[in-house]
Amino acid sequence: MPRAFEDRPAALWPVLAAGAIVLAAALGAAHYMEIHGHVVTGMGHEVVWGLPHVFAIFLIVAASGALNVASVGSVFGEKAYKPHAPLSALLAVAMLAGGLMVLVLDLGRPERLVVAATHYNFRSVFAWNMILYNGFFALVAAYLWVSLERRFAGWTGPVGTAAFAWRIVLTTGTGSIFGFLVARPGYASGVIAPLFIALSLAWGLAAFLLAQAALGFAGAAPLPEAFRLRLRRLLGVFVAAAAWLMAIYHATNLYWAKQSAFERFILVDGAPYPFLFWAGFGIVGTGIPLLLAFHPRFAGPRSTLVAAGAVVAGAFAQLYVFIVGGQAFPLEIFPGYAVSSAFGDGAVAAYAPSLPEFLLGLGGLALAALLAVVGARAFDVLPAATGAAGD
Amino acid sequence: MSAPSPGRRGFLGAAAGLAGAAIAPGVFLTEYAVAKAPGAPASKAVRWGLLVDATRCASGCDACVKACNTEHGLPEPKRPTDVQWIRKVELKDLRTGAALSAPVMCQHCAEPPCVDVCPTGASFKRADGIVMVDRHTCIGCRYCMMACPYKARSFVHEPVTGQKTDTPRGKGCVESCNLCVHRVDAGGTPACVESCASAGHHALVFGDLNDPDSEISKRIRAVATTQLRADLRTDNGVRYRGI
Repeated sequence: MPRAFEDRPAALWPVLAAGAIVLAAALGAAHYMEIHGHVVTGMGHEVVWGLPHVFAIFLIVAASGALNVASVGSVFGEKAYKPHAPLSALLAVAMLAGGLMVLVLDLGRPERLVVAATHYNFRSVFAWNMILYNGFFALVAAYLWVSLERRFAGWTGPVGTAAFAWRIVLTTGTGSIFGFLVARPGYASGVIAPLFIALSLAWGLAAFLLAQAALGFAGAAPLPEAFRLRLRRLLGVFVAAAAWLMAIYHATNLYWAKQSAFERFILVDGAPYPFLFWAGFGIVGTGIPLLLAFHPRFAGPRSTLVAAGAVVAGAFAQLYVFIVGGQAFPLEIFPGYAVSSAFGDGAVAAYAPSLPEFLLGLGGLALAALLAVVGARAFDVLPAATGAAGD
Repeated sequence: MSAPSPGRRGFLGAAAGLAGAAIAPGVFLTEYAVAKAPGAPASKAVRWGLLVDATRCASGCDACVKACNTEHGLPEPKRPTDVQWIRKVELKDLRTGAALSAPVMCQHCAEPPCVDVCPTGASFKRADGIVMVDRHTCIGCRYCMMACPYKARSFVHEPVTGQKTDTPRGKGCVESCNLCVHRVDAGGTPACVESCASAGHHALVFGDLNDPDSEISKRIRAVATTQLRADLRTDNGVRYRGI
């Protein structure tokens, strides 16, 4: 397996510099937020998690999905997938690191990370997730190791299976961060965990396809045609599964009278969320990828990349609706009463993301990209150009 | 390794005896001291609670809010990001049109969602039912604010000035009503309760819900009261009358 930038080493530096500039801007933004407090963000007492969390949760959820290719190769024994497994694992680690960086730097007290690492409340889904994130790092790093070291070739099956099982639990944990919030109509739902698993499968595969194409610049061979067509179809299946679970999530909410006001807000009149949901998640994130994945007219490699890009764009729209919209809808503390107060009771919360928040989120993407590029340069993760993989 | 010499053995024995003698009074103190003594732990025999009588609470009166801000050194709220430990909510019955007013603060749940979700255990409930935040272990993740059904928690969005000795605060941490724990531990009542009485409304009653002879217990036995979002079964220490 070749390494990235092997045949054009000079091209590595501008790529690293570009990533480093974005990362530095993100660190600067985080420092600015820490000095002045979160008053310089758009977040407040109602929308307590904003744009940084959209980026972070996208990266964390997509990270587990980026492992799809490795999982199909190692767990289900599909030979075509195996040569691409190391890149898939590298992306998973890189994206999780990027997502966690954003989450940590958005904390009110990021310097207390050591407190978070030494004080565990085992009733907290967040605390479970800290264990799940670290376990994911360890298992995927082990997987990468046994994949790249010929001596350990026999271990890829068991380690890959363990990583696959762990990633399912990890995404369940990420979904449960929201699913266990009993008081909020947008979140208290058992469907959220499986929904997040389906979303992660689609987002992760889309991220893999985009990263693989981007690494073409660094010397990665294009995906063998037959293999690409399989991934194209698989992407379509994952997108359909996510859309189906999303439909169940909203249908169950609509069934309960007490949730109908929230559903009306998200789906009909709570601008800008209905537009983002229908146009962003519905058309861009679901309709277009399904068309490109299954219609024979769009079987070319460019269409597959557009489908992957549309899935990622839809993911951001969906997460914005889910995270920000879910908090913007007022809590119903006094059912049966119209309420008002100087603390935003009864009112839809406004949220306008600020530049530092956006830069911080972008920094998560930059860190993931940098780690992927450095990893692809340092380890033999790119599949050989012979194309044997797809046959 | 050689066996300890008799002299050394004797020294170790004496040291152990001395250490035991030194620790024992502390052990006994912890075990038998009553909770009311200064420095003693909160007692689970007590469940501090608050009754909010919305039939007595005057619309437009914010004496409780002002008293809370003064007591805890909270700045007068001017912007949406400013902290509010207690707020006045104006209510209008959607069916009858009847208007009511009531303060809302931390409900001091027996099953507090904020304590469940806090990753570091910074949100905690004392044995006597008071829900608080340990400012030394709060990392500012705001998960508790996502989980609180009552919007009772505030995140400190800016550097803090003018802190009070009894209420340590800090930028980047979450905080909420602590029932004026420093006053309660000294045998007093929360500032909001005092100010409401001074304003002549007597809409707030504080006391021990576990003590059948306390004023609050007598009142909630005599009149119908409710807990906010009782459907969630968080078993709030704050009860409302008239809602």
